[in-house]
Amino acid sequence: MSRERNLLSGRGNAVIAVLALVFLYSPIVTLVALSFNENELTTIWSGFSWKWYATVIDNDAILRATKNSLIVATIATLLATSVATAAALGVARSSSTHRGTVEGLLSLPLLVPEIVSAVALLVLFVLSGIPLGLLSVTLAHTVFCIPFAYYPIRSRLAGLDPVLIEAAADLYAPPWQRFVRIELPLLSPGIFAGALLSFISSLGDFVITYFVAGPGATTLPVYIFGMIRTGVTPEVNALSAIFLLASVALITIAFLVTKRVADAARTRPAP
Amino acid sequence: MKSVRTRDLALTAPAVLYLALFMIAPLLLMLYVSTLERAPFGGVLWDTHTSVAYEKLLFERDFAGKLSFNGDYIAIFARSFRLAAITTLLTLVVSVPTALYMTTVSRRRAAFILFLVTVPFWTNLLVRNFAWILILRNGGALDQGLQWLGLTKQSLDILYTPLATGIGLTYSFLPFMILPTYVALERIDKRLIEAAFDLGATRRRVLSRVVLPLAMPGILAGAILVFIPCLGAYVSPELLGGGKSMMIGNLVQSQFGASRNWPFGAALALMLVAVLLLTLLVWRLVQARMARRQP
Repeated sequence: MSRERNLLSGRGNAVIAVLALVFLYSPIVTLVALSFNENELTTIWSGFSWKWYATVIDNDAILRATKNSLIVATIATLLATSVATAAALGVARSSSTHRGTVEGLLSLPLLVPEIVSAVALLVLFVLSGIPLGLLSVTLAHTVFCIPFAYYPIRSRLAGLDPVLIEAAADLYAPPWQRFVRIELPLLSPGIFAGALLSFISSLGDFVITYFVAGPGATTLPVYIFGMIRTGVTPEVNALSAIFLLASVALITIAFLVTKRVADAARTRPAP
Repeated sequence: MKSVRTRDLALTAPAVLYLALFMIAPLLLMLYVSTLERAPFGGVLWDTHTSVAYEKLLFERDFAGKLSFNGDYIAIFARSFRLAAITTLLTLVVSVPTALYMTTVSRRRAAFILFLVTVPFWTNLLVRNFAWILILRNGGALDQGLQWLGLTKQSLDILYTPLATGIGLTYSFLPFMILPTYVALERIDKRLIEAAFDLGATRRRVLSRVVLPLAMPGILAGAILVFIPCLGAYVSPELLGGGKSMMIGNLVQSQFGASRNWPFGAALALMLVAVLLLTLLVWRLVQARMARRQP
């Protein structure tokens, strides 16, 4: 540890850092703990039980909502990732004006408040006659999935050695083969991370879905919101806990993949 | 200037077209809807243009058609601003020491803390805010904990107040502040800090005169990342705030839901976007000024 590290360290900072982590995790821990509460009244602990998990699994409406969520997330991820990969390749060697315009447009879904996008898309769907259902939800999710997919792919592409592509061209690989055999495999960790982030954000979206779903296309977050509205039962806790743990698992995978790629890049000899 | 190659245009076209169709077009449509008149039973009259939706932001029309000032909506905008500003400040106060701590531990441990900070951000916003209901409501986890410790006897009555909304917002957006602050602190040339110490500066002085000014662009970036989503927040005030701490997001929602006043809802949504653009503009100016001041 270098000297300046020691000089700047103070006990107060460490205490606040620990408190910040406690603050970030206490709701998650509380929720998971209460999901095992046997008691019907969520606030009074009366014993450990798996029974609320059993009612979640038995609930057909939850099963349908899960299916809807997975269908929407899968299609939106595939759409967004392909569109974002193409865009990342398109700006890679392009002029900075072109890149600036494209990236400005791409960052809009993250900049405009969700509630504004939600009502704007609702108006668009109603006026253009697109029925509110799985189709409208998928179209809407693809909008904010595109930037989530784009940025990891773009940063992976920026870290690639252009010499590799040039070498392939020198060896007479046709453009299509250069793409499939060289660029795509090298990009794949970025594409994977981008796809996973789109998938997670699609699964988790509530506000936009709430507006454009219509009655037939309830997704898991919209269903959970309905449950919270009608009164908090331990079943919501169990369902939320499953949902939380699933997203934690997904984000851990995304993190490990990016880390492995970054480590591999660090150990590679510099050109 | 080099012209853009056809290949590059073709590759970016799908993304650009998609966002033009499902991001730009809906916003323009909102602009159009905001100039229309509301139909008697919800919906809009397509051929009558009025400025009623914008008048309604400030004025109220009585039965005789007379306009009088109405501060209700401005109050909601002001409350949203206040809550967003307080939240930004709170996340700042927590993030700077946390990020400072992260720069003083080993790289491995810092990466692990970074991971721990990122994970909640990726878990579902609705579920995380719902968890606060379990903690904050009367007889909830917080009450039980405090009563067990003998610190309080009665419920704190925090849920469904602006305080609960503030807690929810701070919780939701804290990672947005910690990450850029840490990145900015980590990037500082460590020799500058060493030099300051060698020249006899105290720890406090090194922090206030060297470290914080150098990290300020990153800290400001974090502040804007927290402030913007806070201003348009919907989930936290909806679940935790109750009726008395409605924010702009909830007001917009109610115009498209229960009130069925699309033109007014569209006008409100556009005002929100306008306020955000203005905030971004001010931020850019501050940033540019700081960049000029630093060599």
